[in-house]
Amino acid sequence: MPDGIDAPRETATRRKLSRRNYARSYWLFILPAGVVVAAVILFPWAFTLFMSLQDMHVGSAMSFAGLANYRRMLDDDRFLWAILRTLYFTSLSVFFPTIIGVAAAVCFNKHFPLRSLARTIFILPMMATPVAVALVWTMMFHPQLGVLNYLLTSAGLPPSTWVYDSATVIPTLVMVETWQWTPLVMLIVLGGLASLPADPYEAAQLDGANGWQCFRHITLPLVWPFILVALVLRAVDALKAFDTIFVISGGGPGTSSETLNLYLYQQAFAYYDIGFASAIVVVFFALIMLVTLLLMRRRSATS
Amino acid sequence: MSRHRWRRIAGRIGLAFSVFVLISPALLFFLWMLSLSLKTEADNVAYPPVLIPSELTLDNFREVFAKNDFAGYTLNSMIVSFSATGLALLVGVPAGYGIAKARASASAALILVARITPGLSYLVPLFRLFQWLDLTGTLLPIVITHLVITVPIVVYVMIGFFEGLPNELEEAALVDGATIWQAFRRVALPLARPGITVATILSFIFSWNNFVFAVVLAGRTSRTLPVAVYNTLTFEQISWGPLAAAALLVTAPVLLLTLLMQREIVAGLTAGGVKGG
Repeated sequence: MPDGIDAPRETATRRKLSRRNYARSYWLFILPAGVVVAAVILFPWAFTLFMSLQDMHVGSAMSFAGLANYRRMLDDDRFLWAILRTLYFTSLSVFFPTIIGVAAAVCFNKHFPLRSLARTIFILPMMATPVAVALVWTMMFHPQLGVLNYLLTSAGLPPSTWVYDSATVIPTLVMVETWQWTPLVMLIVLGGLASLPADPYEAAQLDGANGWQCFRHITLPLVWPFILVALVLRAVDALKAFDTIFVISGGGPGTSSETLNLYLYQQAFAYYDIGFASAIVVVFFALIMLVTLLLMRRRSATS
Repeated sequence: MSRHRWRRIAGRIGLAFSVFVLISPALLFFLWMLSLSLKTEADNVAYPPVLIPSELTLDNFREVFAKNDFAGYTLNSMIVSFSATGLALLVGVPAGYGIAKARASASAALILVARITPGLSYLVPLFRLFQWLDLTGTLLPIVITHLVITVPIVVYVMIGFFEGLPNELEEAALVDGATIWQAFRRVALPLARPGITVATILSFIFSWNNFVFAVVLAGRTSRTLPVAVYNTLTFEQISWGPLAAAALLVTAPVLLLTLLMQREIVAGLTAGGVKGG
């Protein structure tokens, strides 16, 4: 039966052949999305780069400006402060959600009654519409009638100025950001915890390790890659934060909570200084890239 | 033995307490939101705040619909989110398949770069383009810009999903003479149903929640719900009840979806760390 012997080998070669031929056809699947991405993502990038080199205001003619828009940033105190403020806001908005998020993940990884309901309530802040949430926070921050100052004074603490004072506005916005985005850190780390093997813990327990030692020497090193992913995403999202800041403080009082994204909005859609705004976009993007790559490099260095 | 048991009970209490502390900020916030929307204006501006209202009223919700074209804005939001999600599925599901099969990691990297770009930065050039095309004030630019959010979400979720599917079934179909399109359509696509559900939900939610694109591009009649609610804050005498009621109406569909589909949502978010805007 020569046919019967040769059949498997023939199928195998046919399969290999077909795979090679098909590899090219898979690009047809990617093409439509590629066109969309080119139109709404790649084209804007390229057009932004072009516009950043132009002197371009709405309603007046465009002229080539070289690097003038970029040079202008160096003398623009408001821009430089916006960068510092963004970094300040970002570092706090990475720190708190990461710490709380990891702790929450450890809790939600244990079994207890109503766990999935509790987890769902915990992630509601990140799913809820940011503008709606920001409006309710605004009402809660009201210095005289807000419920938060009532709670503070009931607990015997002095009332806070929340978003109505330049000293407290950024910590307050960080609080909102932490409330909103800790769940994302929790979910990513929870995914990591779910994949952990059980045997190191059994061995450690036999050796008499306590809960904290288990966490510090087994859990933490094993989920560290997940924590770093969460950290990178958190940093990126905090750098880009817009909705809640825009609605709650609008960058104020004065410019005391004006982050780079808020400043960009002002330049582009309040002053219509398109050339300068485009240059800000380029620098903003470079800043996000830089932070991402620095954190990713730490990731490869530690793992 | 009994020391061991005591420690276990203490551990249980500690865990219950921790979970309580963790969920109360979210729980109290949404309860307060609900309470503001159901209380009379007199109760809402009372000090100390009225925690347990004497009477509940739906007047705030009635006022939201009476004062604004809230129904119209809801329709706008639905058109935008459904179209942006539908279009994203149409191009994104095949793309996820193609990228997973061809192992085109460069395309996947592009999606990640799109993930880290601020939404506002797309608007600067696209706003110019839409002005030039004379499209501002219609829903079309809003749908198009929402693709910036929905397409990466769908592609990203689907890549992960198709990579997790076994190859054998499609290969068998190909060997039996099916075209590559038939193998996708008849074999891979039905298997990918759960992945498509996850992608649809997440893409819809993040499009629904998006604020920045519509706040720049929308005219008076083409506002989406988040923009309409934001404008209530800025342009009218602020009364808390109707504002809270409007905020609750905007976010209610998303909250319900989260409660009903929590398993899919958790799966999608854990895998990709997806977030719009």
